[in-house]
Amino acid sequence: MGMTMTQKILAAHAGLDKVEAGQLILVNLDLVLGNDITSPVAIKEFNKLGAENVFDKDKVTMVMDHFAPNKDIKAAEQCKMCRDFCGEKDITNFYDVGEMGIEHALLPEKGLVVSGDAVIGADSHTCTYGALGAFSTGVGSTDMACGMATGKAWFKVPSAIKFELKGKLNKYVTGKDVILHIIGMIGVDGALYRSMEFTGEGLSSLSVSDRLCMANMAIEAGAKNGIFEVDEKTIEYVKEHSNREPKVYKADADAQYDETYVIDLSEIKPTVSFPHLPENTHTVDEIDDIKIDQVVIGSCTNGRLEDLQLAAEILKGKKVAKNVRTIIIPATQKIYLEAMEQGLLKIFIEAGAVVSTPTCGPCLGGYMGILAQGERAVATTNRNFVGRMGHVDSEIYLASPAVAAASAIAGKIAEPKEVM
Amino acid sequence: MVFEGKVIKYGDNVDTDVIIPARYLNTSDKKELASHCMEDLDATFAGRVQNGDIMVAGFNFGCGSSREHAPIAIKESGISLVIAKSFARIFYRNSINIGLAILECPEAVDAIEEGHTVEADLDKGVITDKTTGKQFKTEPFPEFIQSIITNGGLVESIKNGSFK
Ligand code: SF4
Repeated sequence: MGMTMTQKILAAHAGLDKVEAGQLILVNLDLVLGNDITSPVAIKEFNKLGAENVFDKDKVTMVMDHFAPNKDIKAAEQCKMCRDFCGEKDITNFYDVGEMGIEHALLPEKGLVVSGDAVIGADSHTCTYGALGAFSTGVGSTDMACGMATGKAWFKVPSAIKFELKGKLNKYVTGKDVILHIIGMIGVDGALYRSMEFTGEGLSSLSVSDRLCMANMAIEAGAKNGIFEVDEKTIEYVKEHSNREPKVYKADADAQYDETYVIDLSEIKPTVSFPHLPENTHTVDEIDDIKIDQVVIGSCTNGRLEDLQLAAEILKGKKVAKNVRTIIIPATQKIYLEAMEQGLLKIFIEAGAVVSTPTCGPCLGGYMGILAQGERAVATTNRNFVGRMGHVDSEIYLASPAVAAASAIAGKIAEPKEVM
Repeated sequence: MVFEGKVIKYGDNVDTDVIIPARYLNTSDKKELASHCMEDLDATFAGRVQNGDIMVAGFNFGCGSSREHAPIAIKESGISLVIAKSFARIFYRNSINIGLAILECPEAVDAIEEGHTVEADLDKGVITDKTTGKQFKTEPFPEFIQSIITNGGLVESIKNGSFK
């Protein structure tokens, strides 16, 4: 029996010719990631291990993004602990205020992940890099600590679900709508413990940005990882950002999949997830008026340049509705700069939105846009759990940057054609 | 390993944002995390949980973020074991790695009610509801994983050489 893309990468990193679903293996890692929330716990565990140094100072990275620039004294202490640790261990890729961005937007941009890599990160959305044909998955702080010390992690080899994409997305429909549609279809535990493997001729019409957004939300279907078949677009992106050679792993023709779904991209409509689970999806054309108080465009899911360009296209020359606080957060410094050079920031500010320095901020209810009791937000983030963006009685509707921008103008959940 | 305790029960998709809300993640102090455990789902939890209590829940327990603060908060609050219909995968591995005992058994979850006294034998995979006398069988964890749990977590296993 053949292997899936994920199984091939795992086998290669475990030094095995073959692995099977269910097998427990020890995997050699290409990168270990942590952020300002998960790293402090990992550093404490690392110190308990008694290891002198990290396994490879170029293969450990920490990004200060969740509560940075420091939102309060405790957050400042946590960043300081990471900063001191990275200084002491001489860690090459430590990203602090001024250089940082949201980790999952930053790492591909910095070329720290290439196709074929095996990556763990103490952050659930580490699955994002599957867009580049890498095996990458979220773990906890203890795994991060042990990964930093030994360069290894234990895994149970996952089985997989295949998503065969065909056709092309319509205008103002994005990778976000596709992944929300898929999560609505299979549920928040529909891919539990398994890989989601994306392939098919429809792939070629999806930008790398779309793919990063889709792989990012694999965890919202419970998956261990989401991974895209590598094509010319992937290779071009990786070569543009990294000096390392991408390694391409293709699934065997007789690889076994638990299920296969064929998805026609041309049939996907603008989609929104209602509170309080990402699986509560509705297409925008079938919903009643839902008035909103806030819009957030940003996060590791949708804070990339392409997302901001799309939002700007819709907001250009228009005003956001009165009483809709519109917060736009470029995901990295580079994206921020490019958005400035392209005049996007001007469009946002003239439309009545605010633009923030890169941070996770409101995505996890940290700061910079917390919701009061009874308030509703449309957000391009990835989770709409109870209390995620603020008060336990607030509501989050997950959507694409196009729907979010249109909603900001309309003052209620809307799709672009309603305001263009 | 055998655990016995009173049951505190929740439903499906208990996510890490309700187990420990992000607004408390500016600390990694275990006691402080435990004092806010389950707050957004059940504000009475921290006040009523007793040492040794067993948490019982539905499908996809611990879904959401990778914050190890979630199983840490549960363990520190005194919960000895979590029995769920299924666990989200990062929560599952985090629990094993920090030495919080967990078991998957949908039938037991359906039958056991809040306040019952439950005994669970991890090695044999047997759960007994002592209030009703009913027994449930579940798959025990592979030896590799049991060894991590009984050694007190992954860090301890690496230190004492039992993790290979
Ligand atoms: S943007 Fe949101 S989902 Fe992404 S890493 Fe930050 S907190 Fe997590």
